[in-house]
Amino acid sequence: MRLSVPISVGSGWGRFFTRWDVLAVLLIVGLLAFFAEASRHLLAPLTDLRLRPISLDPANLPEYAARTTLRMLVAMALSLFFTFTYATLAARNKYAERLLVPLLDILQSVPILGFISITVVFFMALAPGRVLGAEFAAVFAIFTSQAWNMAFSFYQSLRTVPTELVEASRNFGLRPWMRFWRLDVPFATPQLIWNMMMSMSGSWFFVVASEAISVGNTTITLPGVGSYIALAIEHRDLAAVGYAIATMLIVILMYDQILFRPLVAWADRFRFEQEPGMQAPESWALDVLTRSRIVEHLTRPFAATWRRLLLARWPKSPAVAKRQPEDRHPWIVFQWAVIVTALAALALWQVGHFVVQDITLSDVATVLLLGLATLSRIVVLIALATVIWVPIGVWVGTRPRVANMVQPVAQFLAAFPANLLFPIAVSAIVAFKLNPDIWLSPLMILGTQWYILFNVVAGAAAIPAELRAAGVNFGVRGLLWWRRIAIPAVLPYYVTGAITASGGSWNASIVAEVASWGDVHLEAQGLGAYIAQQTEAGNFHHIVLGIVVMSLFVVLINRTFWRPLYLFAERKFRIG
Amino acid sequence: MSSTALLDIHALRQTFPRADGGELLVLDGIELQLVQGQIVGLLGRTGSGKSTLLRSIAGLMPAAAGTITYLGRPVVGPAPGIAMVFQGFALFPWLTVLENVQLGLEALGLPETEIRQRALAAIDLIGLDGYESAYPRELSGGMRQRVGFARALVVHPNILLMDEPFSALDVLTAETLRTDFLELWGDGKLPIKGVILVTHNIEEAVLMCDRILLFSSNPGRIIREIAVDLKQPRNRLDPQFRELVENIYVAMTARTPTPPKIGTAAGTVATTISTILPRVSANLLSGFLETLAGTPYNGKADLPVIADELHLDGDELFPVADALQMLHLVEIEGGDMKLLDTGKQFVDGDTNDRKHIFQRQLLSYVPLAAHIRRVLQERTNHTAPKSRFFDELEDHMSADDAEATLRSVTAWARYGEVFAYDDDTETFSLENPT
Repeated sequence: MRLSVPISVGSGWGRFFTRWDVLAVLLIVGLLAFFAEASRHLLAPLTDLRLRPISLDPANLPEYAARTTLRMLVAMALSLFFTFTYATLAARNKYAERLLVPLLDILQSVPILGFISITVVFFMALAPGRVLGAEFAAVFAIFTSQAWNMAFSFYQSLRTVPTELVEASRNFGLRPWMRFWRLDVPFATPQLIWNMMMSMSGSWFFVVASEAISVGNTTITLPGVGSYIALAIEHRDLAAVGYAIATMLIVILMYDQILFRPLVAWADRFRFEQEPGMQAPESWALDVLTRSRIVEHLTRPFAATWRRLLLARWPKSPAVAKRQPEDRHPWIVFQWAVIVTALAALALWQVGHFVVQDITLSDVATVLLLGLATLSRIVVLIALATVIWVPIGVWVGTRPRVANMVQPVAQFLAAFPANLLFPIAVSAIVAFKLNPDIWLSPLMILGTQWYILFNVVAGAAAIPAELRAAGVNFGVRGLLWWRRIAIPAVLPYYVTGAITASGGSWNASIVAEVASWGDVHLEAQGLGAYIAQQTEAGNFHHIVLGIVVMSLFVVLINRTFWRPLYLFAERKFRIG
Repeated sequence: MSSTALLDIHALRQTFPRADGGELLVLDGIELQLVQGQIVGLLGRTGSGKSTLLRSIAGLMPAAAGTITYLGRPVVGPAPGIAMVFQGFALFPWLTVLENVQLGLEALGLPETEIRQRALAAIDLIGLDGYESAYPRELSGGMRQRVGFARALVVHPNILLMDEPFSALDVLTAETLRTDFLELWGDGKLPIKGVILVTHNIEEAVLMCDRILLFSSNPGRIIREIAVDLKQPRNRLDPQFRELVENIYVAMTARTPTPPKIGTAAGTVATTISTILPRVSANLLSGFLETLAGTPYNGKADLPVIADELHLDGDELFPVADALQMLHLVEIEGGDMKLLDTGKQFVDGDTNDRKHIFQRQLLSYVPLAAHIRRVLQERTNHTAPKSRFFDELEDHMSADDAEATLRSVTAWARYGEVFAYDDDTETFSLENPT
């Protein structure tokens, strides 16, 4: 688990078995068995899926959970690889940066759920007739829900590596490869792990959508928790929905205990500034692994290999300092501009050509109107969530002990896919004869409202004790306290959370504006429902139209509303 | 001499790109030779480009013009054999003391056993025994900088570059570290052949260096070279030591850009709109004037003495001296500061009198303040955006300096109630909120 070999470890085997060893061996063997079990089916032909259909028998759930977990892990590994390459290129190369950063910003706004049907066709073609192709498609969908914010976080960290450390690593002749692992990655790690956790929570939503994929009249169902949930909903099996929720809870708990908590505890050393009085995070799993002698002996060869890799003098020649090109070569800038414009024009023509084929102006007008309908829903929902969660978040954030208890619960709720609430929502709407246009809406914000809570809690916790003491000392209470202390302090954090929540809600509308429970289907008028319908009908041109319009909405709202608000809050209210 | 020259810098010029596409001259006409066995000090105020020179030598910043030759070869990138100690230590917080020290050796691709051996030897030499497995955050500032020294020494550099290595430490710790370093250096125990030390602390330079190069600011030029022939270990109370310090104070407070002779009348250089204004609060200015007017100075003080009493080091003292001189509240001559009549009135006055005097001096002697006020008066709505003046300043100075200068003039103008500024809308205006 360490980047380098600890300096003086007592050699020899000493006491052969400690209790840490027993635990560690169990942990490792368990993990190996899990990987073997989960990956056994990958190369099987597609027909296997039909021979072994998903069953609602809860005895199958451990296997389904394992396979779903593996998909998420593979997607996470891909996301990491994407992060390290894409963000590094963007941070290192000025010309690449100009294209890659806005691109990432747009990619973040594209509703991925709408894309699944398109990518599935592509990946099935890569491994025809094999389960592998469908697996690729599912993993890719999960990947797209994880990668962007990780890449953004890494890029931002790379841009803020302290100058003196950069100079020190250059002065001592670190080559780019070594600098990357010795300086850039460690510096970015704490922030990156936090984003990985958020990504993992967020991707549950996509697991459910990506395991049971239907394009037109083909339906592919990969064994997993997601398809189990889909089947349970189709069969109106409430008990099965309950089992699925329990399984998810266990998997999320295991992720937390075996993967993220050790990572967070381990990454604590990479935190650049250590505020005094902060409690270092702890993890029993990390303790087990680091205190076990067997693990140490087993990992020694790996650690040594890693160290050799790290020390590789690559590239061979040391970096030569150049005068910063800045904007000095108008010719290069011009060429670059031409290339980017050409690419953009080509893409525009492609999309236009593709969409125009059987889309009329009235289609576009309808889609825009539907977009407005969804927009009004999201505005109302975000406003409601704000009114509810900001006061609660401030209350929780100013009480560290409560915050510690609330955090994991909120994290679980953020992972909770809207589909699991379909039974309740649909039954209620049918029973009370409610208007689905209004009452399906809460499902959209079900998973995303927690980002507002997370961030407000963090913001309230960051209010300096002195400021609070000053408030108490001067008798600042009630409304005045909120106006002068709480809201200003929390605003920058709130905006960050609200941006994520509103973007995520657009995405969720594709699932949430159409709900079914058995053979009862409910639909709300909106852009999300439109994309869902077109996906079911297999109308690729209309799917693309819907996605383009939705992306447009998200980007426009971000640029005209959220970003100015964020800049304002950041400038005026950021403490310290 | 040239046979033993480690480093030879000739006609070096450094520029920074400016926002409008032009270039800002930071260093000009730098000539420097480092011979074996010498410690050379680069002494100057903030903005004199001494750190830029150090980074150019380290190969972190290519020269705009001129040459840097190290052991007969031009420096085009980080050269092995030139190691640096940083002001803020620049330790990797996620590496232990030992791992930090090993870093430079790992980059050289040495065998594992040699890396370990040399790192432990360096740790031993610099007095870090027992701290090998500690992380930097567990160490005090002094111990951290020892790691910085060990990390630089372990690569056995020919030249050690030190960028204000003691300025982030408290007085006592800094002194201990200096003494330890000089002792090791004097005993020939350090695997280095020459040292270049950047500092703004005059006494530190006199204490440690064999030669001191004095830098002027904006752009940085070498205005004087001073040989320090005192024997090590040097005594700060030695009259010869004091005289040297005094002479350097005189040279550094003279406000003429050309090399001054000691004893020339200074403080006569006119301030213009494009003068970079020192960042000093009006509070510090009045506090300083009060001290100067009170006993034992009674309106006239020796700069090193008053700096010592107020615990200001060079970097903190010079901006205050500059500002007071600029506002014609004091006069500086031959390293002495004298309170002028206006300054005396200022000290004697109450809050309102002080504001009044400050306003008058500001409008008479700081052209930028007068300029902003004039522009505001001429406009019908009596407001003007900050960018209007920022752009104007940026033609003459870097963006950072323009920002700092605007902040200074705003702070002073607020105290003197010359004009107001609203940071939310970034506009200057004539009226204060009522």
